[in-house]
Amino acid sequence: MFVKQISVFLENKSGRLAEVTGILGRHDIDISALSIADTTDFGILRLIVNKPDLALQVLKENGFTVSATDVIAIAVEDKPGGLAKVLEILYKKDIGIEYMYAFVGKLSDQALVILKVEKADEAIEVLKENNVKILPAEEVYAL
Amino acid sequence: MRYWDEHIECMERSTLQEIQFKRLVETVKRVYTSVPYYRKKMQERGIIPEDIKSLDDLKKLPFTTKQDLRDNYPYGLFAVPLSEIVRIHASSGTTGKPTVVGYTKHDIGIWSEVMARTLVAAGADKHSFVQIAYGYGLFTGGLGVHYGAERIGASVIPISSGNTRRQIQLMVDFGTTVLACTPSYALYLAETMEEMEIDKSQLKLKSGVFGAEPWSENMRKEIESKLNIKAYDIYGLSEIIGPGVSFECEYQCGMHINEDHFLPEIINPETGEVLGEGEYGELVFTTITKEGLPLIRYRTRDITALHYDRCKCGRTLVRMEKVIGRTDDMIIIRGVNVFPSQIESVLLEMGEVEPHYQLIVDRINNLDVLEVLVEVSERMFSDEVKKLEQLEKKITKAIEETLGISVKVRLVEPKTIERSEGKAKRVIDKRKI
Ligand SMILES: [Zn+2]
Repeated sequence: MFVKQISVFLENKSGRLAEVTGILGRHDIDISALSIADTTDFGILRLIVNKPDLALQVLKENGFTVSATDVIAIAVEDKPGGLAKVLEILYKKDIGIEYMYAFVGKLSDQALVILKVEKADEAIEVLKENNVKILPAEEVYAL
Repeated sequence: MRYWDEHIECMERSTLQEIQFKRLVETVKRVYTSVPYYRKKMQERGIIPEDIKSLDDLKKLPFTTKQDLRDNYPYGLFAVPLSEIVRIHASSGTTGKPTVVGYTKHDIGIWSEVMARTLVAAGADKHSFVQIAYGYGLFTGGLGVHYGAERIGASVIPISSGNTRRQIQLMVDFGTTVLACTPSYALYLAETMEEMEIDKSQLKLKSGVFGAEPWSENMRKEIESKLNIKAYDIYGLSEIIGPGVSFECEYQCGMHINEDHFLPEIINPETGEVLGEGEYGELVFTTITKEGLPLIRYRTRDITALHYDRCKCGRTLVRMEKVIGRTDDMIIIRGVNVFPSQIESVLLEMGEVEPHYQLIVDRINNLDVLEVLVEVSERMFSDEVKKLEQLEKKITKAIEETLGISVKVRLVEPKTIERSEGKAKRVIDKRKI
């Protein structure tokens, strides 16, 4: 049920992001979602790609500090309150969210969201019980 | 067998000081009469041997540096006729002329004696099999340990360095109990053992004496667990005698200096002023029994501190801390002495095996500022900003506690710190003074 996210350590200097996307492009790796969290000194680039293992390997080979993390991809109704409903389900079960970001939406009536939560297995159970649509990894990589 | 020479190793300090004083006076007389270089230096300062009336007068004497040895290359500082010299050793001389040292028969005897103490403190006795994997030759490591091991009647395996797989095979076959080599070679032996699929349980190894290069507590733990031994730090330099200048006992709380032969001082490397117990500064030795090449107040360039309280092992010989750096790479920030090795040990304690870091010193608004760049390895990396920020804070706090000054820690990408000849350049001083 988990989707493999690639995280890259980036110093805040120009050209680094272009370098990462360039490397991925040269290896024919497609990015389906992306987010950057940054501070004054450094940033963490988070990526969902179609070939996560290859991405991990080529970025390492190019000297980047990279890690792979399990995240959850869900589809929520693309209307006001759609996301709030999901967050409330997790909140009630006391499952904290480390971070989240949205997909470059592709499905017509649904918004796709990536979640990194504290208790991942429990979160999946709860979301399933509440009929939240969890996207399987293969489907996400193919987007 | 706990001590090799209990009488000396556990002697009351007042008695030891009497011996030291007597020997110091003899040494000063000897160099004054037989080494023109020392006579001239003392005359320039207006000192004659009779001015040495107590141990405290040591500080009246001039310092000797490595450069003095080079200037008098090869035999200019020898204090006996060359016919009395029975052995020559030399440092590699990578930065100019080699440093040549000479020993009389009596000097070799002292060397054997101090190395015997070193090995016994590390648990060796006449039943031990001592494998000496230090290089034999002009380097003092191999033969120094060799003579000490012979003195205690151990079985010596003089294999010298290199030939790693064979070393390990012989270690198994001959039942080596004590290993002597550099700490990095000990780790290399452990790694090669794993490759050869030889388990540490196949060894009879109990302890190791490791020296000739700086090593950390982490490295000690690694060697101890991988080889299932107790790892002892030993210290020495060819100018003073070679290995055996100081040694660790089973409490591993600093190295006992054989101060009935080598009189230690700690000085402020900038001013030359003698510092007190526990203060960090440059280690200086005066040899007080050597005949061939006696040295007066030889500046080692090693930074450490001395502790005179009685050790749990019962020895009264003063203990020197692990060398924390060299005067060559010391930087002074807001009046505080800082060594890259201090930062390194902080980072090592954070769980980093081989941290890459760099110190950038700058002067902003007349204030020295120290920035510490730390390369983020996979082990440290997290996909959460908050965890990386916590790491940054943790490192900052640990460094500030160690150095006693504020620093700015910045996490940087791997390989961003410039390497020269495979080694990273540790300090960049941008101050324009
Ligand atoms: Zn002790």
